[in-house]
Amino acid sequence: MTAVDLTRTREEEDFRRRLRDWLHRTLPTLPPKPSPADWPARRAYDCAWQRALYDAGYAGLHWPADAGGQGATPTQHLIFLEETELAGAPYVGANFVGLLHAGPTIAVEGTATQRARWLPPILRGEEVWCQGFSEPEAGSDLASLRTRAVRDGDAYVVTGSKTWTSHAEVADWCELLVRTDLSAPGHRGLSWLAMRMDAPGVTVRPLRTLAGSTEFAEVFLDEVRVPVAQRVGAENDGWRVTMVTLSFERGTAFAGEVVACRRTLALLARAAQENGQWEDAALRRRLGRLNAEFTALWRLAQWNASEAAHALRTGGRGVPGVGASVFKLRYSHARQDLYDAAAEALGPLSLDAGHEWTLERLSSLSYTIAAGTSQIQQNIIAERILGLPRGR
Amino acid sequence: MDFRLSEDQRALRAGMRDLLAARFPREKLRKSAEADPAKRAPLDRALWRELGEIGMFSLRLSEKEGGAGLGLPEAVLVFEEAGRALLPGPLAATHLAAGLVPGAADGATVVTALEGDGVVEQLDAADAVLLLEGPTVRALPVDDGTGALAAARPLRSVDPTTPLHYLPPADEAMQGAERAGQAKGLAVGRLCGEAALLTAAQQLGSAARTLEMAVAYVKVRTQFARPIGAFQAVQHVCARMLARTEIARSSVYAASLTMTLGDTCAAKLLADEAAVRNARDCLQLHGGLGFTWDADVHLHLKRAWVRQAQWQSAAKAEEALAAALLEDPGDCMTETANRANGAV
Ligand SMILES: Cc1cc2nc3c(=O)[nH]c(=O)nc-3n(C[C@H](O)[C@H](O)[C@H](O)COP(=O)(O)OP(=O)(O)OC[C@H]3O[C@@H](n4cnc5c(N)ncnc54)[C@H](O)[C@@H]3O)c2cc1C
Repeated sequence: MTAVDLTRTREEEDFRRRLRDWLHRTLPTLPPKPSPADWPARRAYDCAWQRALYDAGYAGLHWPADAGGQGATPTQHLIFLEETELAGAPYVGANFVGLLHAGPTIAVEGTATQRARWLPPILRGEEVWCQGFSEPEAGSDLASLRTRAVRDGDAYVVTGSKTWTSHAEVADWCELLVRTDLSAPGHRGLSWLAMRMDAPGVTVRPLRTLAGSTEFAEVFLDEVRVPVAQRVGAENDGWRVTMVTLSFERGTAFAGEVVACRRTLALLARAAQENGQWEDAALRRRLGRLNAEFTALWRLAQWNASEAAHALRTGGRGVPGVGASVFKLRYSHARQDLYDAAAEALGPLSLDAGHEWTLERLSSLSYTIAAGTSQIQQNIIAERILGLPRGR
Repeated sequence: MDFRLSEDQRALRAGMRDLLAARFPREKLRKSAEADPAKRAPLDRALWRELGEIGMFSLRLSEKEGGAGLGLPEAVLVFEEAGRALLPGPLAATHLAAGLVPGAADGATVVTALEGDGVVEQLDAADAVLLLEGPTVRALPVDDGTGALAAARPLRSVDPTTPLHYLPPADEAMQGAERAGQAKGLAVGRLCGEAALLTAAQQLGSAARTLEMAVAYVKVRTQFARPIGAFQAVQHVCARMLARTEIARSSVYAASLTMTLGDTCAAKLLADEAAVRNARDCLQLHGGLGFTWDADVHLHLKRAWVRQAQWQSAAKAEEALAAALLEDPGDCMTETANRANGAV
């Protein structure tokens, strides 16, 4: 009987050992992390790391082979996340969009030409992507967006504005959601385009976040010409493509962070032991419960990955299912709880905005908002999983 | 890794669900939950034997020993269904006593346990009590003649379907009996871990059931000219119930494969939380109806409270998980080896 199974094959264990050795040799040779305020340096750092992964054969592990990936098993991919996070390897950073949702979307929805053009530079750490979905008037209600694209020969002429666009300052490309049919309401007249960020008519104005850095920006689009050949999926079928992007963003993009959180939790316990707070049973129990939550989240990530892999084997496309919303909902809150607990463990030092964990506490506040707010995830679960009547 | 249920496992779970629907229909549950304690049905020994016959207790014994040779992953599915149906009795203790205490495997004897802070479930109905002091499990016949259990005082159990006794921990007669009880060659730590997991599985089943009850009700109950399930405040309660259930599920299933301390403690904590919180949310969504004795939801909540206190309290699980943080920063993430029959 093929039973529920968490074992790994010999090859997978060999893979882990090789990866661990490589990380052990490579991480000490990395330059120091750049300052969060210095975006060009951050981009260079993140891309150099991606290039190192590429050269060592670890880029795009679970991407399909015809998308430049290695066609690795979901287990290998999860091993990769475990080992890199446990070793404290650099975060994907500026490559988040390219590697974790724009790339995977192009891999599933793009033509052979598009895959060949866009995917290899993402894997080599040469081109950075950003996400131009949200607009000032269209956030949760993304389908109400107004940025319009009017066909002119072999190009679209795009006018409108996007906002909250993460690391737009240093991106080469933008996955851009636009309205191509002005008469069709809501999600029906949308298209998914890849736009060059240096195209004439693109203006980026950085926004300061509550953490003090400029993580995201407003992007103004004034008659920007985007070749029709850069549309992914059919014209006016962009909402469906977007659902694929969002499934990757919610379902798999954060999986590695769960391991990183578990690692931080252990560091936090050590810190509490050193400063005496460990004597406090309430704090210990709080950290113990967080340990349960992250352990369980990792199991849920494995469950979701197995479901996706099974769907792929049986003719599906490996796109995460609605279970992604369950993961996203619980993870966002767990991350905030983690850094609240860190503040308790740090005591007065938690008021020092220069402390890494205080910065993380600040940035964790975005987790219940970005990639679909917690309220929206709950709407999705209620309507699409539980089949409740459309909410009001 | 293929962390999904197999066809056979799904079939096992479905079979158990059908069987319980036939042998333990709602009327039986309600009979054991009469508002008047004097009218309550005692533990149903005939049903206990039937459970024995279908392998509820012997499931993990080898075929040579009269079992089915299955493992913890399968046991967890069977216990999940038991929890869903609110099947009463010391199911985990008797299951773990199979092969140790004569008659446990086939349901001829009822085996309970003295654990936690001195609470014993179904003492009046039980034939033997597992004692968990010391390195190995001991089994004490209830009528062993020493009167060791005489000090056990019946509680007016909060759960009408689970009679409870309380035995103060430092009871002297009991300490004598602990020494006298027959050693069973099974490590206490292992037994407690497995019992916690099987209890978590029951909590998972209960959580899934109260979610189902809530969703069914909010689709048909109409107020303000629409089903209450169309109100977002109601929808979000349901969504959180689902999230609790699913995270508990992956945790319980994972623990049944790895039996690591991290996974088992997480499974018990999250399944307890799912059972208790889902029952409360289900109650809330039923309005005044939810507060009645006739609705089943209070039975789920009360059983969930009892199971939550059993085998591994939140305090113990959280302390164990906290201590684990100081040991190995990543152990629970990387340790995922399957173990045959869940052996540690
Ligand atoms: C750090 C960060 C990075 C981001 N990066 C990007 C990016 O790179 N690219 C991009 O396109 N976007 C990005 N976003 C935008 C993000 O996707 C949106 O902020 C999010 O979808 C919410 O939209 P909004 O901000 O307009 O809030 P609104 O939609 O106006 O929501 C305001 C409040 O109303 C609630 N609400 C709204 N509608 C409902 C409803 N139907 N039911 C219940 N409650 C509701 C919301 O939950 C929220 O609490 C980023 C956001 C953050 C914080």
